[in-house]
Amino acid sequence: MSTLTTTPPGDATQRVTVDTGVLDRRLATHVSLGQTVAQTMTLAWRATMKMRRNFEQLFDVTIQPLLFTAMFAYIFGGAISGSVKDYLPVIIPGLIGQTVLTACIATGVQLREDMDKGVFDRFKVLPIARIAPLAGPMVADLVRYAIASTLTFGTGIAMGYRPGGGVLGVFGAILLAIVTGWSLAWIFTWFGTVGKTAQGVQGISLMVMFPLTFLSNAFVPTATMPGWLRAFADVNPVSHVISAIRELANHGQVTAEVGWAVLGCAVVVAIFAPLSVRSFNRKM
Amino acid sequence: MHTNDTLAVHAQGLVKTFGDQRAVDGIDLEVRRGEVFGVLGPNGAGKTTTLKMLATLLPIDGGRAEVFGHDVSREGHVIRQLLGVTGQYASVDENLTATENLLLFGRLQGLSRPESKRRAATLLEQFDLTEAANKPISAFSGGMRRRLDLAASLITRPPLIFLDEPTTGLDPRTRGQMWDTIRELVDEGCTVLLTTQYLDEADQLADRIAVIDRGVKVAEGTSDELKSSVGRSSLTVHLAERDDLVLAAATARGLVGEEPVPSPEARRLSVPLERSEQAVDVLVALREKGIGIESLTVQKPSLDEVFLALTGHTADSDTDDSASMEAAS
Repeated sequence: MSTLTTTPPGDATQRVTVDTGVLDRRLATHVSLGQTVAQTMTLAWRATMKMRRNFEQLFDVTIQPLLFTAMFAYIFGGAISGSVKDYLPVIIPGLIGQTVLTACIATGVQLREDMDKGVFDRFKVLPIARIAPLAGPMVADLVRYAIASTLTFGTGIAMGYRPGGGVLGVFGAILLAIVTGWSLAWIFTWFGTVGKTAQGVQGISLMVMFPLTFLSNAFVPTATMPGWLRAFADVNPVSHVISAIRELANHGQVTAEVGWAVLGCAVVVAIFAPLSVRSFNRKM
Repeated sequence: MHTNDTLAVHAQGLVKTFGDQRAVDGIDLEVRRGEVFGVLGPNGAGKTTTLKMLATLLPIDGGRAEVFGHDVSREGHVIRQLLGVTGQYASVDENLTATENLLLFGRLQGLSRPESKRRAATLLEQFDLTEAANKPISAFSGGMRRRLDLAASLITRPPLIFLDEPTTGLDPRTRGQMWDTIRELVDEGCTVLLTTQYLDEADQLADRIAVIDRGVKVAEGTSDELKSSVGRSSLTVHLAERDDLVLAAATARGLVGEEPVPSPEARRLSVPLERSEQAVDVLVALREKGIGIESLTVQKPSLDEVFLALTGHTADSDTDDSASMEAAS
């Protein structure tokens, strides 16, 4: 009945083969940098296949930006800036910050889910760089941040937003948003590696994400906040990122805010990347 | 670096502790090149833990292990290049198709894209999965997943394969296919270390078997050696009347020359048999004595009996065990 037994003898291509010659070769004792990059890209490919198969994984970077942009602009526009049109240059960069941060959460949650799956056991016994199963999805998520920020800009432009920074300014803003997403994702990746369940990771992540976005200049000018709150909002790295995106998109200017934003991102990476890698390696 | 007589797996005094529990408590294993070595034991005996330590999946807490002469603790990356592992639960990616899975694992291990594709197609053909090649794994049956899982382990054609309970939960036909594949691998020169709960499976496949219980190796040998140490078939009859038990036991003893084991509460009598045909003699004799029988079974030695014989306790410990142990001794 089975193919295995009906295979004609002598047909070498149809047989299980074993490469015992490997025993006579000198085998590498570690993974080279080139191999690490190749393995990371292969696992990034896997992550994008996953996104394509489960479109709901992209809701947070597709439907959500469309919905939030329209909602926030029409609800708060008149109250905060006098008109929807005047509010758009404020809220669009703010929403990009918020959307990218939301997209980061999924990075950690999905890593946790991945680690609970059977396929992760196989990654562990393969002769691959231990970091590749973590790095691959992080590379693939760059696509998510790009979709999120481009769509938010697109929705804003459809609603009448005319970024003063021109194409180059908007392009720079999107680039900064992607860098920010990748950097801040390390926080949530760390949660992913230490959390016990995906739901737990999601809970903690939301608890961190909400203060970071709402206690910032994303939706309102910080001048209207009480002193103590304003103090926090002004040092919040998310505020600096949003200010930098505003200046890039609205004025096409690379100001000190861009520097602060990049520095903030670098600090986050410097703290959370080693933490994540360490606790991830313990489970790999 | 190694010679042809290097053992494929050589473990000495392996120990794994979880908290204050010693899951693996000083196990020695010597797996020769080109053989199928079976590790037999009940759930929780430490089989999987042992395999995981040897596969670099769990750190070794005590003792040492070598795979083809390479130290498992220190040369993990080398070991992983020599090893294919297929676990109890299919470790393939649910979001990808069968082909994509094999491509993923081929590419990750440095095969070129065309080479990965070629080997993936061959493996799918071989494992009777060509028709399902482009279907998502979520649509796969348990047997198909298991076959794909083994195919994924084979894409780099490793010289050593660890199979952790490869046929647990499979139907008999799929189990037979799995056994055929394992035999083919061995014909090709592959060394196989497998764990199983089934005496039958170890019997069918393994050249040598180690029996593990509570983290300790309690016996080792060929299947025949183990069986002869364990005992024979037995006939169990369920009597219609409890009062007949003594007469039935005496009748059976007269025929087989050994003391049958009665269970009065269950009106049951277990008769050890030298040869299975003796069952007929016993049954005929019981009918001649007018002893009514409700049901009967003839059993080969079960894993439970292997354990009873080797360890003095049965494979799973509930309250019945002590009773049957006393009865047997």
